Amino acid sequence: MTERVGICAVAQTKYSPEREDAYEGELAYEAIKQVLEETGLTLSDVDSAVSCSQDFWDGRTISNMNIQPFVGAHLSHEDKVAEDGLNAVYCGMAQVLSGHQEIVLVVAHMKESMAEKSLIENAAFDPITMRQLGMDFLSAAALQAKRYMYKYGITAEQCAKVAVKNRGNGMNNPFAQEPMEIRVEDVLNSKLLASPIRKLDAKPVSDGACAMILAPAKRARKITKKPVWILGASNCYEAHYLGDRDLADCAALTQAARKAYSMAGIRNPLREIDVAEISEEFTYQELLWTEGLGFCDRGEGGKLVDSGKTRMGGKLPVNPSGGLLSGNPNGVAGMARVAEAVLQLRGQAGKRQVPGAKIALAHGVTGICGQHQAVMILGKK
Amino acid sequence: MPNRVAIVGIGQTRHQNTRLDVTLPEMINEAVRAALADAELSLKDIEAVFTSSMETFEGIYLPDHGGAAEIGTYMKPGFKVGTGGTSGASVVVEGFSMVSGGLYDLALVIGFEKQDCGETTAAITAAATPIWGKGAVTGAIGEFAKQALSYLETSGAKEEHAAMVRLKADRGACLNEYSHLKLGLKSIDEVLQSGYLVWPLRMLDFCPQSSGACALIFAEEKKAKKISKKPVWIADVEVVHQEPFRAGTFGDPTGKETYTQHVACERLYKRNGITKPMKDIDMAELYEPSNWEEMSLYEHFHFCEKNEGWKLVEQGVTEIEGAFPVNPSGGVIATNPIGATPTIRVAEAALQIRGDAGGHQVPKDIKTALATALGGPNWTVLTLLKRSL
Repeated sequence: MTERVGICAVAQTKYSPEREDAYEGELAYEAIKQVLEETGLTLSDVDSAVSCSQDFWDGRTISNMNIQPFVGAHLSHEDKVAEDGLNAVYCGMAQVLSGHQEIVLVVAHMKESMAEKSLIENAAFDPITMRQLGMDFLSAAALQAKRYMYKYGITAEQCAKVAVKNRGNGMNNPFAQEPMEIRVEDVLNSKLLASPIRKLDAKPVSDGACAMILAPAKRARKITKKPVWILGASNCYEAHYLGDRDLADCAALTQAARKAYSMAGIRNPLREIDVAEISEEFTYQELLWTEGLGFCDRGEGGKLVDSGKTRMGGKLPVNPSGGLLSGNPNGVAGMARVAEAVLQLRGQAGKRQVPGAKIALAHGVTGICGQHQAVMILGKK
Repeated sequence: MPNRVAIVGIGQTRHQNTRLDVTLPEMINEAVRAALADAELSLKDIEAVFTSSMETFEGIYLPDHGGAAEIGTYMKPGFKVGTGGTSGASVVVEGFSMVSGGLYDLALVIGFEKQDCGETTAAITAAATPIWGKGAVTGAIGEFAKQALSYLETSGAKEEHAAMVRLKADRGACLNEYSHLKLGLKSIDEVLQSGYLVWPLRMLDFCPQSSGACALIFAEEKKAKKISKKPVWIADVEVVHQEPFRAGTFGDPTGKETYTQHVACERLYKRNGITKPMKDIDMAELYEPSNWEEMSLYEHFHFCEKNEGWKLVEQGVTEIEGAFPVNPSGGVIATNPIGATPTIRVAEAALQIRGDAGGHQVPKDIKTALATALGGPNWTVLTLLKRSL
């Protein structure tokens, strides 16, 4: 990258199980309003808006249509990325790098409460060979969890520790939906959803929005005293059919991370990254994703959480925000990870601040068993 | 300095209403293989893949995830965009940004739609906000009937002019091996005898539902020159969206509305030194869901004065052998796989510049071409293509 792209401001709504008081445009604007106020920009200063939402979840086609007034798309540029929100940040970053846009507003919005989760997820499976099996992302994740735990001897207790850690971290995050002080036994005794995944192993249904402002280096420095720089970013698709993949592996994540690390000049992620915000829809995923991100060796995700290195105060705190388990809507989740990483680097993360964080990682995931993975490295300098 | 970006590979499927012989990924694969063959590249050379479709039109959630191997996304970066009718142009804009921003040197850009496994009109009628908008949205046919009526009443055009546009499109479609509807229409009467969908819009005045895909390969300057003898340069792009429910979404009964087409083309023309579009541009591939809209679009893009679009038709200016050919491919009224439709406009315009359009190649030399997209509550995306920058 010849030019640096700066994130000038970030904002999130408080995540909630149901925001029946706001429709998606109003929800998105709660976050947009804050980034405009913080930067002193108005919607007419925005050159391009990149939004992120899913028609299926929205229950209507062209899910970006009704948010146009709220992103300032009055006779101006707007695009919608239909993948996890981190990819919308990536898309905005490319627009800035191309020199065609300067001020880019990126926004993700989602009301999971409006939709029937398993019906939508079932519609993502191949309609001829797999849809009739009645699978959804939960039942597919259960297969992945079983395979991963079997191959590497990962225990239910190790998975449960992720829920304890993240939901506990959520206690420090004012945006968190379901912060909880829980013990491993609470997770193991919670309702079984799809073996081995239990209720406290899974993220709750969530509504919310996230917004941020991107700009090229010069403009970013003018807009804010505390720009955060995108040092590297990439994403990657894996095979669709579960039978074509070893579900105990996450090759797409390894690939996306490798590219992002090489752009950011990172060789030893565990040592060089100060804080990581990763997308764990289920507890086992945090363990598996930490392996894919190279924080530990293959099959060592369980030991990593046992070691306490990913706890607050550990060598590399993972999800100080409480992560997806504390409540984030899918689609918004990856962008919220970027927003949390930005707050950490600016020293504005309040009670969940990792002291002196200089390099942060954000991770987003879309699809069945993490079929599409996205990684972004952010830095203070 | 942003990188210059060229189209070095073009491929599309034969478009038709139903493709029960293939799955969605298999259908996309046909276009991807064609584009790779055109560029003499293999999938290994491609660094990233960006896709577009309207998933509710095919009833598949995350349609870019299915069959990663067939689509070409397996172990590659990329994402899908979706912006309604303009999706296939939004993905061109994102692919262009990615390559021009230096993130990738060689990217595959795919628009696709398999409407035989979804229900498009049902999806469109569900587009508006459920609280106050649902009753106001009638699907595409109602919107373009309003546009046709407004044009019929204010411009001086007669139904015969709309029929002439359809005849022009059909002549092109019959010469285009990839087009969906090849009707072999002989007379204006044949069009005027087709039944009304919504008055004054007739069956033959409107686009079909097609299934198909179109793939383009974008390369940065150095690679483009190495790969292709005839790279087609993306000179510029422009995206103009607006709010839903403005008074004159498609047809403007008040005469006071600003059209996104005006705003978009004025910005694009200004940046590229285009003062007389009909002279400075050699041909256009327009996104015209109906023949009535095509006449309006001539006016919106300043090919002629207001209320004179139908005169261009009368004079044959926009015929394939005319002074300013429009939609020699047969256009959207012959072929409309929605997520691919704007990508096809760019592909067809690029083929004309290369001189590779085959049966529907226009006789005059094409150096500069305009591809347009239309979608949502009348959004516009423009792509300006050139033989040399």
